[in-house]
Amino acid sequence: MTPELGQLALILALLLALAQSILPLLGAWRGNRALMAVARPAAAGQAVFVAFAFGILVWAFVRFDFSVQYVADNSNLALPWYYRIAAVWGAHEGSLLLWILILNVWTVALAAFSQKLPEVFASRVIAVMGLIAVGFLAFIIFTSDPFGRLLPMPGDGADLNPVLQDPGMTFHPPMLYMGYVGFSVAFAFSIAALLGGELEQAWVRWARPWTNIAWGFLTCGIVAGSWWAYAELGWGGWWFWDPVENASFMPWLVGLALIHAQAVTEKRGSLRAWTILLSIFAFSLSLLGTFLVRSGVLTSVHAFASDPRRGIFILAFLTIVVGGSLLLYALRAPKVVGGKSFKVVSRETVLLIGNLMFAVAAAMVLLGTLFPLIGDALNLGRVSVGPPYFGFLFPLLMLPVVLLLPFGPFLRWGKGDWPALKQVLLRAGIAAAACAIAAAFFVNGQLKAIAGVASLVWLGIGVLLYVIKRWREMPRGRRYPAEMAGMLLAHLGVGVFVAGVLLSESLSVTSDVRMAPGQTQHIGGYDFRFDGAHRATGPNWRADQGVVTVTRDSKAVAVMHPQKRTYLRGQVQTESAVNAGIFRDLYVALGEPMDANDIEGAWSLRLYYKPFIRWIWGGGLLMMLGGFVCAGDKRFRIKRGAKIEEATASLQVQETHA
Amino acid sequence: MNRLLPFFGFMLLVVLFGFGIWWNTQHDQNAIPSPLLNKPAPAFNLPKLYEPAQTVSKADLLGQPYLLNVFASWCIECGAEHPVLEAEGPGLGVQLVGYNYKDAPADAKRWLAEHGNPYNLLIADEPGNTAIDFGVYGAPESFLIDAKGVIRYKHIGPLTPDVVAKELKPAIAAMQKEVP
Repeated sequence: MTPELGQLALILALLLALAQSILPLLGAWRGNRALMAVARPAAAGQAVFVAFAFGILVWAFVRFDFSVQYVADNSNLALPWYYRIAAVWGAHEGSLLLWILILNVWTVALAAFSQKLPEVFASRVIAVMGLIAVGFLAFIIFTSDPFGRLLPMPGDGADLNPVLQDPGMTFHPPMLYMGYVGFSVAFAFSIAALLGGELEQAWVRWARPWTNIAWGFLTCGIVAGSWWAYAELGWGGWWFWDPVENASFMPWLVGLALIHAQAVTEKRGSLRAWTILLSIFAFSLSLLGTFLVRSGVLTSVHAFASDPRRGIFILAFLTIVVGGSLLLYALRAPKVVGGKSFKVVSRETVLLIGNLMFAVAAAMVLLGTLFPLIGDALNLGRVSVGPPYFGFLFPLLMLPVVLLLPFGPFLRWGKGDWPALKQVLLRAGIAAAACAIAAAFFVNGQLKAIAGVASLVWLGIGVLLYVIKRWREMPRGRRYPAEMAGMLLAHLGVGVFVAGVLLSESLSVTSDVRMAPGQTQHIGGYDFRFDGAHRATGPNWRADQGVVTVTRDSKAVAVMHPQKRTYLRGQVQTESAVNAGIFRDLYVALGEPMDANDIEGAWSLRLYYKPFIRWIWGGGLLMMLGGFVCAGDKRFRIKRGAKIEEATASLQVQETHA
Repeated sequence: MNRLLPFFGFMLLVVLFGFGIWWNTQHDQNAIPSPLLNKPAPAFNLPKLYEPAQTVSKADLLGQPYLLNVFASWCIECGAEHPVLEAEGPGLGVQLVGYNYKDAPADAKRWLAEHGNPYNLLIADEPGNTAIDFGVYGAPESFLIDAKGVIRYKHIGPLTPDVVAKELKPAIAAMQKEVP
């Protein structure tokens, strides 16, 4: 009985979502306060029913209710409870349910924190969120029902894809969706502003913390996904430019541009149309990502379930949402080029260049991702361009960003002064050059590694110089407002990330070896001794488990246990063993036994020494933290009754700060 | 009208996606006649993947027909094609030459170790220069080259069981009929 209740809850949620979107929009248009007041209770009601439906699906997994097709397809009796819960979002239907649940989390948060916004504006924003929910709920109900029954009920289910049976998988999708879906808030703000013809820039200030938080979550989700691919896929890589990864990376890049464009619009009033366009793009690319992953137009190998009906539905939805909002933009975008003017040497210019680079990079990734499809359309055949294309163009586009980054904070709005810049250039430049020369001796002149050290020092010193400047010039308590602290953290994160990428790529040592028990391999200053393999068992798998003892200068470092698991349904999965450290990772993956009948004999093993690889994720986490800290700035908290006057007053205070 | 540009750009994408869905339901891969078809294959001289010290040239391969299959470890479609090569390769009646394209040799070897190696011979074109002479757009692509070194058939994109049965095998059969 309960699965049908879940279905019913989804239908009720759809009806409430319709009320949440149509009535407040009508109310805002006709100036009817009663209709506008529907927005919040309808949103709350929708959230209750969606949460209820989600809870029922979780319950079905916990209770092994194999009469539900989705449960039978993605779990079995031997699957531990934590992976059964993660299995809820392990395939198409359930992950859509997670999508809509998270959309409701954002909507409820928005309803709660928007009480002090002008009523018309707030009800429009909530109504737009409702419209998005209508689309997704209809998608679930009509094409991807997670509660469909399977009769007769099987005694046991199939299995959750073993690749997904990893702790990383339990929180990677929720984080990623928090980011994807979070961009819907900035999107809803822009649409509401376009609908209302809001010409003042106050709404941008209200939208900013939401954008920052969503971007922070997206960063976290991408980092988690990258870490998961590294640990689970056994290739030791951390980014593959795979279409599914690109689908999350494009909104991230546009979100990054949006964060910076919003700052310009809020503080200076310029770039209004561009900011609106970017918030439309950020959310559109999130939807586009969903389309690419779910419709099967692109990835024949990665395909979730590819059902043309689903593809057509998402495409229609995408057309209505994105096409509609772009049309609205064309009709209503601010016509006057507003805002204060600025000189060539100014913070605006640097931010504009950054924006341009991020936008072009996103377009470049989109083009590369869609290349197989374009090939089909032009009748050239389905070919992928792959890492040679991305790996060449992306660093090229990011180079100016890294070079200009330290100057951003030092430049004033409107017009900057050369002497201050020259000082930064001189100090950071000399420090970077000196460290690069020193590093050259340690890395045998590898250019990539030297560039990694130089960019870390360049960006790090840039941040440090600004911290010192604020410390000297500002009175205590006003030195580092949250917005600035977040910015500095995120910029430091860029330095750590770039250093991690360049150093680990250039200094990593990989070795594919055949090892008999007792044999030792020397890699990157460490001795890896293979101590043979034996059988091991887990809750739902059997494994051949190797034992590798690592020593350095005859001091024990770690005992590692790489596994080759065979799951209940026969799927084979490599579990690599990783010994993590701040300055290096040791990574061992088990290959095949040399003689299939003798697992106690020699094996082929893959050994990695990966210096600084953790800095890649460390840098990502710093960027995420920066986004969150920024959002906590006092300026973004809206005070009742204090609207335009105070907004402009604090704007002036901010300018004297800067 | 500048403000409508994003809208029109997006509509282009929609058309492309609509096409993609339609294509997936209606069509399979479709080869186009290549300008190289029935012309001598371009000369090449490339190192072997497993023994980089030795090179293989076009002249070395004259005298026996072979299927040159362009692949790379980074190429997702190649992963889809691979089981087809493994299953159909031995029954084709021609040598299967793997052409590793713009790939780090270590990655390629790892990929082959993981997915299996259906190739009789493997050559590596890490810089991708020779591939330009072949007019390679990307991976995967396949060239059927006869004993005289003439390209007889070309397929862009992954070989599917359907393509092998309906295009590749007839092409091989036609080629073998001519040989005295």
